Amino acid sequence: MTLQDGLTVLLVLGGTFFMLIGSIGINRLPDFFTRAHASGKVDTLGILMFLSGLAVYEGISMNAAKLLLIIAFVAVTSPVASHQLARRALLFGLKPWYGRDSGRRR
Amino acid sequence: MMNTFFISIALILCVALLIPFYRVYRGPSVFDRLLGAAAVGAKTLTLILLFGLLFDRLDMFIDISMGYAILNFVGVIAMGKYFRRKERERVAK
Repeated sequence: MTLQDGLTVLLVLGGTFFMLIGSIGINRLPDFFTRAHASGKVDTLGILMFLSGLAVYEGISMNAAKLLLIIAFVAVTSPVASHQLARRALLFGLKPWYGRDSGRRR
Repeated sequence: MMNTFFISIALILCVALLIPFYRVYRGPSVFDRLLGAAAVGAKTLTLILLFGLLFDRLDMFIDISMGYAILNFVGVIAMGKYFRRKERERVAK
């Protein structure tokens, strides 16, 4: 196994781990805004690690350049999309989560 | 050997892709459903790239996933534009 393959395995495994964590976070967190935070940060990191792992596996070629283009696009647009969704939800009137016993106090 | 590694990664990714469908099925609000759909789209992008690597046609599948990323972003932005407080009040009246 060369150094290139080892780096690919490391990056792809890390990216898959973070994507799995992001999926579980989307299901388990209590509120829309916390779910948007899970999708906006953890998922983005997972996708970026995964795509950079594939780019390392390709070596220096046209495919790696296109993969870098996808990496740049996803790094810009994925946080923008979840930020816009959270802002629309706040303007729409969704109430944030204030703790476990917030229903009794408010 | 790298092929078996990529196939097992694809299986794990399928599991990670199926989990947010629960949030799409029963989100309390529309935004939860949109967030789950965006997460599913992002995982599909990586799965398409993995299939391209397994089929040795990565140059074609990279273009497909690039279009998929653009469609996912534009879809979320355009759907989010529709749900505002003003719209809800106008519907309620």
